[in-house]
Amino acid sequence: MSAPTPSLPASGAAPGRTIAAWWQALPLTAVFVLFFLIPLALVLMVSFWDYNQYEMLPDFTFKNYVAVFEGCLSGDDMCVTFKTYLSTFKFCLLVWFLTLVIGFAVSYFLAFHVKSNGVQVVLFVLCTIPFWTSNVIRMIAWVPLLGRNGLVNSMLVGVGAVDQPVEWLLFSNFSVVLAFVHLFTTFMIVPIFNSMMRIDRSLLEAAADSGATAWQTLWNVIVPLCRTGIIIGSIFVITIVMGDFVTIGVMGGQQIASVGKIIQVQTSYLQFPLAAANAVILLALVLMIIWALTRLVDIRKEL
Amino acid sequence: MSDAKKDSTLGALSVQRRSVLKGTAGILAAGMFPAIHAQEKIVLRYLGTAVNQDKEIADKFKADTGIEIQYVAVTTDDVTKRAVTAPNSFDLIDTEYFSLKNIVPTGNLKGIDTKRIKNADKITTLFTKGEVAGKKVGDQGTAPKKTIFLEGEKSKKFSATPTQFMSLIPTVYNADTLGIRPDLIKRPISSWAELLNPEFKGKAAILNIPSIGIMDAAMVVEAMGLYKYPDKGNMTKKEIDLTIKTLIEAKKAGQFRSLWKDFNESVNLMASGEVVIQSMWSPAVTAVRTKGIACTFQPLKEGYRAWASGFGLPATLSGKKLDGAYEFINWFLDGWAGAYLNRQGYYSAVLDTAKAKMEAYEWAYWMEGKPATQDIKSPHGDLLAKKGEVRDGGSYEARMGGIACWNAVMDENAYMVQKWNEFVAA
Repeated sequence: MSAPTPSLPASGAAPGRTIAAWWQALPLTAVFVLFFLIPLALVLMVSFWDYNQYEMLPDFTFKNYVAVFEGCLSGDDMCVTFKTYLSTFKFCLLVWFLTLVIGFAVSYFLAFHVKSNGVQVVLFVLCTIPFWTSNVIRMIAWVPLLGRNGLVNSMLVGVGAVDQPVEWLLFSNFSVVLAFVHLFTTFMIVPIFNSMMRIDRSLLEAAADSGATAWQTLWNVIVPLCRTGIIIGSIFVITIVMGDFVTIGVMGGQQIASVGKIIQVQTSYLQFPLAAANAVILLALVLMIIWALTRLVDIRKEL
Repeated sequence: MSDAKKDSTLGALSVQRRSVLKGTAGILAAGMFPAIHAQEKIVLRYLGTAVNQDKEIADKFKADTGIEIQYVAVTTDDVTKRAVTAPNSFDLIDTEYFSLKNIVPTGNLKGIDTKRIKNADKITTLFTKGEVAGKKVGDQGTAPKKTIFLEGEKSKKFSATPTQFMSLIPTVYNADTLGIRPDLIKRPISSWAELLNPEFKGKAAILNIPSIGIMDAAMVVEAMGLYKYPDKGNMTKKEIDLTIKTLIEAKKAGQFRSLWKDFNESVNLMASGEVVIQSMWSPAVTAVRTKGIACTFQPLKEGYRAWASGFGLPATLSGKKLDGAYEFINWFLDGWAGAYLNRQGYYSAVLDTAKAKMEAYEWAYWMEGKPATQDIKSPHGDLLAKKGEVRDGGSYEARMGGIACWNAVMDENAYMVQKWNEFVAA
């Protein structure tokens, strides 16, 4: 009675450590190793190689990393790398903030104000409609709208609000942020909405019964319970904006630097080792941001 | 007994069916009707920029020879990248002479045997000698005559003197200058310096392909009287610094509306009026005009920045595909394609054959700089010029004779790209 079969607790202690489980995990692991880990290792390796005009030379040199930060410690002007990161961070922060506010508001409306389940689903699907066309097309659609002779400007001039077409609407920081927000707010809406739908409604009733105002309920009950969704959405938005070069290129008139753009230019001039060094640095930075974000919430537990 | 008979009938039927299936599958696999079953179908993967990849050229070639051209359209930079990193991903490359400095040393290209090219000796002297109508033209930068000949079929080195093997067979070339919107500028423009004239603040654009953009910038620097380069196409670090500094100052003052990287971008910028002056390619100007918008490919007193592209063969190409590639090159130089390109505002490599396929009035307008005696239409039938108009830049000799420099790859290429990134980040 005190000694049941010893094999039972053993298999109970490690559930899923059976051969079948390993087999089930294998395909994903293989894909992960083949398409992520190996390429990543190659990038890391190449970042220490040397190169000339037309070929990469196997070597071990820190030359590329030094080149990335050239002039960053001396010089009166900020070096290209710092300037680029600064502008990338600026976009990142702005876009993150705007998508968060808008995404949260939309999710809140969907989750708590729309009573009917059917309407909720319809509205939620509506939010994903932008994803039915390609990124680039959605971006380019802004050009005839915001341009010097675009719809917005002809309206402003027509109404008499301005004498000259407004120039900063297109090919500016404004248009870049606008496009990013337009493109990526959905990445915030989906996880936040998901978190909100899991909130036990009786908690809200309890808050109301205890005399909390709407703001107090929002700030002290809903926001903390949506933390997981907010963090997941933030990770999506931040990683995309950090690596983007297409949106910044198209909407910024190719005049605004981004780390991704620099990497792209370098690869197109066959400076792969230099581009790899840049990519490794970018990756390290993004991983650090994600690591910091995941400190705020235990995603595994919350899911 | 009756059972056995039934069996054998069934057996015969099934055998019959199987063989019929086999035969059908064979035909399907060949992708053709049995009549031309024996002939192997050749498909040539043609790597180049979208500019030169015209569907009608491929269609006409297929109708003439049965060989299919499969276009692989990428940007100028990516053509070089693919040639260096993935030479097996194409059968025919259409690239520029200046890119050869990066491609030929890898040994990924095969010298083209001029003995197999029917019109090889008729290729314009601009390529072989650097002359137009017996007169030398500017050879700053990577002039084609510096890279057109190889020492041998499998050589990784250029030959300074003519040999039997060419790196690229020239296809199209042109001399670039600034494109302007005369309706929005309303005054004559005659110098490259106008690109950085504060009068056009926020309405100018420059090419964001560093190796070409910096050449345009150098033309501007010289035109502004800031500096005279010994060779704009091969600057020293100091000269690169000076050129980029000039660009950065202009950018900080808000001169540029946008930078552009591909053909369509430049067309859209100009057609929408976002930009009124920018470095531009001739067919892009034509494209703006066919939308009914005034656009001039403005000749400037300092001259033109020229470029030339041609067909090359990957070193690994052999057998039927190699023959097909030679057939395409020969076909291309034979006139139909040349006339087609001339009508778009480019120039073809063999002028005599193209002339034979053009109407006399067309030749007079496009090549001789004479006023059009009839309306000039593009190959697609769009109106390009009305009766009485003269081509921008005049005749072939006036335009190609006015070359100041060629698109180039500099010895300090890596440094230049780094500085260019600085300009973009400024």
